[in-house]
Amino acid sequence: MATEIAHGGIGASVKRKEDPRFIRGKGTYIDDVVLPGMLYMKILRSPHAHAKILSINADAASVLPGVVAVVTGELMAAHNLAWMPTMSGDTQAVLATDKVRFQGQEVAAVIASDPYLAQDAVDLIEVEYEPLQAVVDPHKANDPGVPVIRDDKEGQTDNHIYHWEAGDKAATDAAFAQADKVVSLTTHYPRCHPAPLETCGCVADVNPATKHTTIYMTSQAPHAIRTVFALVTGLPEQEIRIISPDIGGGFGNKVPVYPGYVVATAASLLLGKPVKWIEDRSENLISTGFARDYHMSGELALKDDGTMLGLRVRLISDNGAFFADAQPSKFKAGLFHIVTGSYDMPAAHIIADGAYTNKAPGGVAYRCSFRVTEASYLIERLVQSAAYELEIDPVELRRKNFVRKDQFPYLSCTGWVYDSGDYHGAMDLAIEKLGYEELRREQAEKRARGEFMGIGVASFTEVVGAGHGKDYDIMGLRMFDSAELRVHPTGKAILKLGVKSQGQGHETTFAQIVEEELGIPFSDVEVREGDTDNTPYGLGTYASRSTPVAGAATAMVARKLRAKAQELAAHLLETRPEDLEFERGKFFVKGSREHFKTIQDCAFAAYTNLPDDMEPGLEGVTYYDPPNMTYPFGTYMVVVDIDRGTGEVKVRRMVAVDDCGVRINPMVVEGQIHGGLCEGYGIAFTQLITFDEAGNCLGSNFMDYLLPTAWETPNFEVYETVTPSPHHPLGAKGVGESPTVGSPAAYVNAVIDAVAHLGVRNIEMPVTSDKVWAALRAAGVDA
Amino acid sequence: MTTQHIEVTVNGTTHAADVEPRQLLAFFLREQLRLTGVHVGCDTTSCGVCTVLLDGVPIKSCTALAVQADGREIRTVEGLEQNGTLHPIQAAFMEEHGLQCGFCTPGMMMASVALLESNPNPSEEEIRWALSGNLCRCTGYMNIVKSVRRAAENIREENAVPVGAGEGR
Repeated sequence: MATEIAHGGIGASVKRKEDPRFIRGKGTYIDDVVLPGMLYMKILRSPHAHAKILSINADAASVLPGVVAVVTGELMAAHNLAWMPTMSGDTQAVLATDKVRFQGQEVAAVIASDPYLAQDAVDLIEVEYEPLQAVVDPHKANDPGVPVIRDDKEGQTDNHIYHWEAGDKAATDAAFAQADKVVSLTTHYPRCHPAPLETCGCVADVNPATKHTTIYMTSQAPHAIRTVFALVTGLPEQEIRIISPDIGGGFGNKVPVYPGYVVATAASLLLGKPVKWIEDRSENLISTGFARDYHMSGELALKDDGTMLGLRVRLISDNGAFFADAQPSKFKAGLFHIVTGSYDMPAAHIIADGAYTNKAPGGVAYRCSFRVTEASYLIERLVQSAAYELEIDPVELRRKNFVRKDQFPYLSCTGWVYDSGDYHGAMDLAIEKLGYEELRREQAEKRARGEFMGIGVASFTEVVGAGHGKDYDIMGLRMFDSAELRVHPTGKAILKLGVKSQGQGHETTFAQIVEEELGIPFSDVEVREGDTDNTPYGLGTYASRSTPVAGAATAMVARKLRAKAQELAAHLLETRPEDLEFERGKFFVKGSREHFKTIQDCAFAAYTNLPDDMEPGLEGVTYYDPPNMTYPFGTYMVVVDIDRGTGEVKVRRMVAVDDCGVRINPMVVEGQIHGGLCEGYGIAFTQLITFDEAGNCLGSNFMDYLLPTAWETPNFEVYETVTPSPHHPLGAKGVGESPTVGSPAAYVNAVIDAVAHLGVRNIEMPVTSDKVWAALRAAGVDA
Repeated sequence: MTTQHIEVTVNGTTHAADVEPRQLLAFFLREQLRLTGVHVGCDTTSCGVCTVLLDGVPIKSCTALAVQADGREIRTVEGLEQNGTLHPIQAAFMEEHGLQCGFCTPGMMMASVALLESNPNPSEEEIRWALSGNLCRCTGYMNIVKSVRRAAENIREENAVPVGAGEGR
């Protein structure tokens, strides 16, 4: 809970430093960037999901007044830029040359003096297509006679992408042989889209004389993007500068490189003028990083008393036309093998296969640490089903199997080392705050009256904060992060980070870490991010890694500076450093509290009065490679009421207990939890990107792709337990994604709980009224 | 392309301009007047980040034409602060942590201002309904609702000061 603390260090809910510009409408988002002589780019996209391109005629478009250039795949190919690498080791078309592979794929681009004219010209480009059969069902993608989507790839004879396994098959088979009961669940975590309210875009500015390239870009990972750009274009990396301005939400959508960025940069290089490209909403939803789309079958082996013995998972991922999942390169299904969740599972085995389909590429970690959401959803739904089959209370079944507090650090059967946890503690608090027993009584009474009420539970364990770099990399780049801190003579500081906020409040919370470690008030610490020329190299903000990795780097660099400041204080106090003790910005002479120097005194001395043998200045940089991931956890409980006649689901309560270790700014943490619980609500009940059999996207705008509004979003009751991470310098674990990872299962479990006595075990997300209505009718309930 | 002459009062200043009939109001405000607090998020009147007040009524400026604003009065987020004093809705959004990435915030505040001008003491339900045309992906709306309630309280308190007691206000 937010509390008042006299300082601005860790635990203080100080107001955010970024707010004054945002509440005045003075943020600088990508579309606010205007450069002299800037041109505007619009993209022509494929109306077909799968078609050969027979011809492109841009004659009429080219001669429209105001049009400067029309770019096609042919032109890009002439510069060896028609294809680019993806983050999963595949390739993706920048502009289509041979055929289009999903509806909305980039085919050509127009650069004009005005965005309206650019769009007019796009409409004048004539493309002749020969439609091909669209592959939309990943289960049938490798059936005989199905066209090969990726016929551009040598040796690719079907639509299979990867095969990946984790865990121990023999041990799992042995566990299943001992089982009294095997409970199974087949479910689809549907395709959805992060849909930040600001779409993606860039302004590419290649200096015609020097060829120095500055790209303003909505990027969550500007440094990694710069390296990718250098590799793709062959431009020298030191001559590329990526600047991420204020970002209007990211949620994973703004991690990848999109074709529009590459085309705009190429166009600026060819034309010698800045080129702006801003997606519209439909372009964002149909072409940029989608999320999820996992078809999962899980089996859980148990003893009659509820003891879990083993878990088997078989999954097919629908990856679209290009395998572009944003994930560490060693893991083809992300970190899905965290699927044993919060349970002391003796054995597990996971088999995953990927399928190409004629859909947009993506597979981004939408408010999720690389497929952890899918894993958490599956295990929590499966455990709920097991509770009904064994007639054990869902809470009791979980409690019986939780990893116990005394088992941490806990080595899971799929190889994870959970750093710390108190799963029973979080569960107990949720039960108390919800009033679980009383609600079960109410449910029984209502059930007797023919009313439908359900209580859903999910006890998630996340794995976030990648790396360590030995095991986790993005396209070979180890997943460390960095912080550079300079304290100026007046005692004011600038902190530069390799990560990039998209609303998470880095300018405030990272300044608070500096205050905690150095005692410089957070208001005196300016946080800079997003400019690759002026910040240390880092892998970026996604997968809840900023606090676990860059937060640790910040603490470590501040400690380096504190050690030097202590030497300066000793110099000023004419004593030895070891005779001093530090407390909130002051170095005291031990046993003589009236003799001290402030950190500001030390900073001034670093430039004006320092020992002869000391290097001037008070500045440092730390690159932090975490020794382990962090494992946030919690228990969420949801109460729903279902209208017997219409199937409408009303969420009455949502109690969320989160344990993300030590909270730096509790106000900011709670805000993130609210947001994630809302997005989880959207995923569970409203958000769906789906396709018809011709591969037409049916979620291409906000009238079809429904995001929750203030009206239907429930109120959230949020609580915390605090189990510090033992290996993080501050004990923090990261929180931005826990609520999106944990909550969908809690919402859906609540709906299932309302109808479980009728034998219903599954309703697919999004759980819309019509699906609930159908489930009620199928179970013989009259309206 | 032919243009049409319009005169629009924006945040108290009248602007004369020649615009294409097809030019969207959001584009006019952003590109011609450089009022970039007006954001664009969906192009289909769904998300509300482009919300401005047209003669006091919240509209989605991404689906209104600039020519429709001819002879009328528009208020945007840039007009909320007066003489260096934040509007109570701005102060409340900051106090209650009603924003994160800030992209929905200007539209959200303009819709809130319109609500509070017609209903100085809205219930939670009334606030949620009034803001249901404005999407937010970061906050889960709880702190936005709190912000609007707090602004309402602060405005009511301010207005409750007896005449004469607030000399020079």
